[in-house]
Amino acid sequence: MADNPQPELDYPQTPAAPERSETPPTRKGIKRRLFLAGTALVAGGGVFALWWADSSARSKAKALVEGKGEHAFAAWVKIAEDDSVTIYSPHIDFGQGSHTALGQMLADELDAAWDKVTVEQAPADLAFANAALAKGFLPLMVGETVAGLIPDAVIGMMARAMPLQITGGSSAIRFTGEVAMRKTGAAVRAALVAEAAQRLGVPERELATGDSRVTHAPSGRSLRYGELAAGAAQRPLSSDPVLKTRAQWKLIGKPIPRRDIPAKVDGSAVYGIDFTLPGMRVATIAMAPVRGGKLESLDEAPALAVKGVEKVVRLDDAVIVVGKGYWQARKGLEALAPTWSDGGHGAISTAAIYAAQARLRQSAQKPDNESGSGDVEAALSAAGARRIEAEYRVPFLHHAMMEPFALTGHFKDGKLHLWGGLQDPLSTRTRAAKAAGLAVEDVVFTPMIMGGGFGRRFPDLVEIIDQVAVLAMQVPYPVKLIWSREEELRHGTYRPQSSALLTGAVKDGRITAMRIDYVQSGSAEGEVPFIYDLPAVSRRHFAYRSNQIDGPWRSVNATQLGFYTESFIDELAAAAGEDPYRFRRKHLPEGSRHVKVLDEVARRASWGTPLPAGVGRGIAIVESFGTIVAEVVEAALKEDGTPKVLRAWAVVDCGTTINPLNAEAQIMGGLIMGLSSAMGEQVTLEKGAVVERNFTDYPILKLADAPPVVDVHFIDSGAKTGGIGEPGLPPASPALVNALAALTGKRIRTLPVLAQAKA
Amino acid sequence: MAIAFTVNGQPVSVTVEEDTPLLWVLREELGLTGTKFGCGVAACGACSVQVDGALVRSCSLPVGEAAGKAVRTIEGLKAADGTLHKVQQAWIAAQVPQCGYCQSGQIMAAVALIEQVGTPSDAEIDAAMTNICRCGTYPRIRAAIRAATGAAAAATAASVPAEQGDA
Repeated sequence: MADNPQPELDYPQTPAAPERSETPPTRKGIKRRLFLAGTALVAGGGVFALWWADSSARSKAKALVEGKGEHAFAAWVKIAEDDSVTIYSPHIDFGQGSHTALGQMLADELDAAWDKVTVEQAPADLAFANAALAKGFLPLMVGETVAGLIPDAVIGMMARAMPLQITGGSSAIRFTGEVAMRKTGAAVRAALVAEAAQRLGVPERELATGDSRVTHAPSGRSLRYGELAAGAAQRPLSSDPVLKTRAQWKLIGKPIPRRDIPAKVDGSAVYGIDFTLPGMRVATIAMAPVRGGKLESLDEAPALAVKGVEKVVRLDDAVIVVGKGYWQARKGLEALAPTWSDGGHGAISTAAIYAAQARLRQSAQKPDNESGSGDVEAALSAAGARRIEAEYRVPFLHHAMMEPFALTGHFKDGKLHLWGGLQDPLSTRTRAAKAAGLAVEDVVFTPMIMGGGFGRRFPDLVEIIDQVAVLAMQVPYPVKLIWSREEELRHGTYRPQSSALLTGAVKDGRITAMRIDYVQSGSAEGEVPFIYDLPAVSRRHFAYRSNQIDGPWRSVNATQLGFYTESFIDELAAAAGEDPYRFRRKHLPEGSRHVKVLDEVARRASWGTPLPAGVGRGIAIVESFGTIVAEVVEAALKEDGTPKVLRAWAVVDCGTTINPLNAEAQIMGGLIMGLSSAMGEQVTLEKGAVVERNFTDYPILKLADAPPVVDVHFIDSGAKTGGIGEPGLPPASPALVNALAALTGKRIRTLPVLAQAKA
Repeated sequence: MAIAFTVNGQPVSVTVEEDTPLLWVLREELGLTGTKFGCGVAACGACSVQVDGALVRSCSLPVGEAAGKAVRTIEGLKAADGTLHKVQQAWIAAQVPQCGYCQSGQIMAAVALIEQVGTPSDAEIDAAMTNICRCGTYPRIRAAIRAATGAAAAATAASVPAEQGDA
């Protein structure tokens, strides 16, 4: 399958490339790294040098992908003489469908026949660093005006310097797709037209394209793209080609089936954990139970006595057992009784973290970050205003990607080869090189299909890269390290445990002020716009860190900020004696996209109509990653008193929907993941260590408890394209607790719901 | 010692410890990696296969207990001519998989359910389909099972009032 590159059993060679060694980017780190790279460039290079670097990267990309009879245009597309078109995605696809959607965007502008198009993962090489992503993020950092002044060549060099090949932040379509894919398709089409005009001796304006051909209607002559590719590839590509209008789209906006699905229903798709090599051994690992702890003592003998166990490797904070297969390695590991230090974190517990967060909020001299407008304090204490406050709490959340971490390594002929699935192939190489003590060009990484990610596979948060790099340097054979589910669950980079105090006032049916004081590791306001138009609003962040490493978890900070804000709006509506939908509506800017989204979800869910006895209805709206989503949930209580979601609706404005079939799946999946987390998921700590062991005590929502159908509707507003992978999640948890409050009269302010129901 | 059984109709014999879970024999000894490792404690169902027609979570079945039996995996659902099983076809038509990792197990569970009860009701689907999908594909799983058995879409579908211009 084109979208599912099978692993090559030989060892792919990546040509040496000049690299800059920087630590790999996190989602947040992208911004910081862009600044660093930009500063270095301003200090170090003239415009000519930058232009040269860019074109040299282009020739290298061509050299990497061009086979016989194939002609590469820029980094992202090649056309073969048999008319087949190959599109290279700098994003990995772990189920979010972006390979197909990015392919649609380029192929549409190219006017290529879809059945001749394949989409492949771009090689983990600097020549395929994602300049479009840098270009997409730039205006968010420095503003549109300044961003517009930075030449593309500079941006390309910045992307290579970072190096940038990340997937995250719901960025593939809105940045890479809009900036790189559509423009490249249009520029290549223009080059094909120019070539055809010269060959046929006719003016370009008499030529039309379609179905991978250039046609001259007046003479009835036409040329295939395959015939034109060699000549067209020699032509310069316009950096500002004319894009199609919406009316001209043939593939964008169409429900095209995903290319990777057939291999995922017959068992033939090869994920990282499935990869195998002749003579390969399998290893598994136990890490210090307390994050920050170290290995203190170990008797290796019991593991080595287990049949099939070959080797025990000690790391600073872990023990690895290598065996003939996973089961032998696992039995060997279970035979060991290592002792560990707790790194001084033995007193940390879930309750202690919440208590410390509350103390910090009450005692801090000033917040670490603050945003908002108006005089909140005055409005809160104004005469005649009804003031309410409430504390909300959300726990650490595990990503629970279904494929546990697995990475294969082999050090051979001076090169470290790695095979596995990670969210940024380029920075995977950088991290592995550092751990192995090698130069970056001596690490070759082959990206594989991933069984989910949800934010867990950003290389700078993935210890297995170091573990495999160190392990592979010590053994003569290829070795695959697999984390057990228990290790995966207990050593996550969780959605942070966070708490907040919300204060608000209502007067004459309107909110006069709202304050959100929230405590967690990082600031979140920049990511999650405050959508309501209030006379006074303040969001204040207080920084608190535990011994855990907080990571991005699908939709990142929009989960907890969305939960806090959208739950509390319902509390304010209740205080004002108003309907939650109409109350939201009158505080949103009149005529805004938000109002349209909210109105449509209310209409589709028949908001306001009578419900059967025992059913409650809740609504919420959150904007994240450039997309506005409103959701309605209807919930009831089961015989055992636990909630069940009966029906759900989502209305989405992401500007333009590239592939409605896939976008629906993403919104539906996000909504269900949001319900799952709100209902039962929590990672708790005792004595510094994670309590939960496996799916037996970390319950993921199952089919019987998910809504049988989720009605997903898109409003094609034509606004700037937004993300789709994450924004469906945040409204789900507040919509659920709002429905339960409507049903039972009891407001749940601490997640998960099931823990409260039991308490 | 050697343990003999059949996999997808083919006789196989493996020399492994009897307590080795069938999952790891399928994946590492026989190269059938369509059956996935998810939790190791029979909680998620990613490793679901059939043994003598019964749905089994192979991570928790010692291979010794499969001796002499018929094992069927995701790779064995296709007909000899390569035609996909009707459940697999329904999975493609409904565009069920996202990351796809749990889907071998989901499909094996759906096939077992349909072979057992013919056309399952929503309640029977709820009771039988207990595998975990982190991507949240459940509504499409339900739709695909119903489509594969010729049943109408879920009876409890979210209803949407009609309005002019509403698709």
